Amino acid sequence: MSTYAAEHHHDDHVPTGWRRWVFSTNHKDIGTLYLLFALCMLFLGGASAMLIRAELFQPGIQLLHPDLYNNLVTNHALIMIFGAVMPAAAGLANWMIPLMIGAPDMALPRMNNLSFWILPAAATMLILSFVVPFFPGGGSQINTGWTLYPPLSLQVGMSMDFLIFAIHLLGISSVLASINIIVTLFNMRAPGMTLMQMPMFCWTWLVTAFLLILVVPVLAGGVTMLLFDRHFGTSFFDAAGGGDPVLFQHLFWFFGHPEVYVLLLPSIGVLAHVIPTFSRKPLFGYKSMVGSMLAVATIGMVVWAHHQYTIGMSLGAVTYFMIGTIIISIPVGLMIFNFIATMWRGSMTFETPMLFAVAIILMFTFGGLSGVMLAVVPADMQYHDSMFVVAHFHYVLMPGAVFGLFAGVFYWLPKWTGHMYDEVLAKWFFWINVIGFNITFFPQHFLGLAGMPRRIVDYNVMFTEFNVVSSIGAIIFGLSHLLLLYIVIKTIRGGKKADAKVWEGAHGLEWHLDSPPAFHSWSTAPKAIELTDTYEKPQ
Amino acid sequence: MDNGAVKQKNKRLLLMLSGLVVGMFAFGFALVPLYELICQVTGVQSIAQRQVIGDQPAEISVVGNSQRTLKVKLDTSIHPSLPWRFDLQQPAVMEVKVGEVYEVVFKANNRSNDPVTAQAIPSVAPWQANAYFNKLECFCFNRQTLAGGEQTEMPLRFVVSPKLPEGINSITLSYNIMKLEDNTLAQLAR
Ligand code: HEM
Ligand SMILES: [Cu+2]
Repeated sequence: MSTYAAEHHHDDHVPTGWRRWVFSTNHKDIGTLYLLFALCMLFLGGASAMLIRAELFQPGIQLLHPDLYNNLVTNHALIMIFGAVMPAAAGLANWMIPLMIGAPDMALPRMNNLSFWILPAAATMLILSFVVPFFPGGGSQINTGWTLYPPLSLQVGMSMDFLIFAIHLLGISSVLASINIIVTLFNMRAPGMTLMQMPMFCWTWLVTAFLLILVVPVLAGGVTMLLFDRHFGTSFFDAAGGGDPVLFQHLFWFFGHPEVYVLLLPSIGVLAHVIPTFSRKPLFGYKSMVGSMLAVATIGMVVWAHHQYTIGMSLGAVTYFMIGTIIISIPVGLMIFNFIATMWRGSMTFETPMLFAVAIILMFTFGGLSGVMLAVVPADMQYHDSMFVVAHFHYVLMPGAVFGLFAGVFYWLPKWTGHMYDEVLAKWFFWINVIGFNITFFPQHFLGLAGMPRRIVDYNVMFTEFNVVSSIGAIIFGLSHLLLLYIVIKTIRGGKKADAKVWEGAHGLEWHLDSPPAFHSWSTAPKAIELTDTYEKPQ
Repeated sequence: MDNGAVKQKNKRLLLMLSGLVVGMFAFGFALVPLYELICQVTGVQSIAQRQVIGDQPAEISVVGNSQRTLKVKLDTSIHPSLPWRFDLQQPAVMEVKVGEVYEVVFKANNRSNDPVTAQAIPSVAPWQANAYFNKLECFCFNRQTLAGGEQTEMPLRFVVSPKLPEGINSITLSYNIMKLEDNTLAQLAR
């Protein structure tokens, strides 16, 4: 299985100027592009979230027209999921996978270029879908939420068509990236590295990529049917023509539930490196991690209707989906226990990536618990479409996906840039960010339990206090990201020189390369001795 | 293994994975009939079955505890593309004795100038009451055509079976009334 060097006739010449980025086939440059793109989207999505929270600061309608409010909710979710989290995870994959498995580049470098450069086009379409209704003749706002349920989505104006094309493009981009990652992981590993010796981050991405390939095309099919119903007289979902709007929900959640694992798993992969590094112990239970991940992915494909308990399924069906959903919490819990066992009696230090890791374990578990509450059918009849659901998915997604990516960025930033980030500022960022997050989203549990619905611009005065708290938290949380931006820029521009290993407890091939690594790395295969430096074997 | 062989392997895997992507896209479309099939095979409820339930005579038996009463709520919603008015000629909530036959009348009015055909699709909530709510006569059994501007009365006669499970003390009968067009794909598929 030798895959190196010889096959890529790189010259050492590094292209310069705009050509370097637009025509890039270099995994490091493309990784950087992905990460920068994601950072922009994080701020765009964050801005829409701040508007939402500003409106909800007080009952009544102050700032936003109801349709605009709902359009912001739609846009916020789509930008964060497809624009920020997924590209950021793909950026980490592009940067780290070849370094970790000792490959000179991704297997299909030209396709890599394509899968990134589709993204700005898709983002433009996405932003247009938000902007178009402001122009005369632009039709109505997309007031459906990110789930795009018909019949409402059939009645929205032409901005919905922009959105449908944006989703097609985003889907193509992530499917291409997934194919590339799978091919790389299967064919480009250093000789002597078996699948079961791959670093855990690679495993999480392998599973993620397969999930994406399996579910994104189904979403593409679903929105294609929407498009047909809107313009070509079909009636897949249009009840007036004999269609069934609930069918769309099934198609959407067939994608939507596995999608939450797509968002989660790469960050779990980051934790599987951060926690051993700063606990100075091998990862506990490599095989069980792989096993539980495969279990999560498999069972995760067949529990989608827990998002649809209230559509009037038969008792048998809801019981099945309830039990299936609760069963998933077992392998998910197992991964968490593996992390805790890794820390157990380790000599831990708390650099910023590790702070995030510990916070993730606490807060993600909390989100998982509210998930189990939601999985219980009779309870969900009450909680469904309330702020409780909003609190649940922010507690799993923010720690489970976003904070994991932050941890990864801090962990690998010295490797990418060759400079240490400012640890003091980074710790400030951590505390402000995490405290802001909790102030924002914790009160939303109470709001939901007390009956405040989600996706509603106005609310009963009895919900005022918690909404005020939540909005104040949102200001802290939102602004804290400016500090992140500052730290990142500062690190790129300079700082204490980082050595190859960066973290004294770190293991793995990527730490045997300079920081920053040369433009073309692993042009010769890693040596056997380097290959044995892993978390997985006794050290 | 040399350069060419790896390229070859990459290409083969790329093709296989692309096949999987295309396959899953097709699978999305295949789910349209498949969902219905799964529902039928496993016996969980589907739209099609609900219609069948609505058409068949449900459980009637006039004997039993006829003291029992419950609330029946009637509700209609009209699809935006249907230029009709549809009004119930009496209060929408009625007190009903089990085992007794009731008749209510809706007044339909085609407010456009052209003949329009519509179909009412009934649904009963909670669904557990479906089999015990028997419509003896219903405009929803057939499609209805009204000439431009025409007005007509549409009766509904129903009886609630005394075998209605205990604990259900209110039933909502809801009609969705939609315009029927001839050339819809879904109807071709049926
Ligand atoms: C122990 C594991 C989990 C369980 C049992 C669980 C259960 C549920 C249930 C039942 C709902 C539907 C609630 C409703 O709409 O009434 C839900 C919503 C949601 N969950 Fe989870 N969940 C779990 C983990 C996760 C994870 C790990 C993520 C993402 C990383 C996630 C993301 C979401 C999202 C985004 C929604 C809301 C989707 C929407 O309606 O817009 N969940 N969860
Ligand atoms: Cu789910």
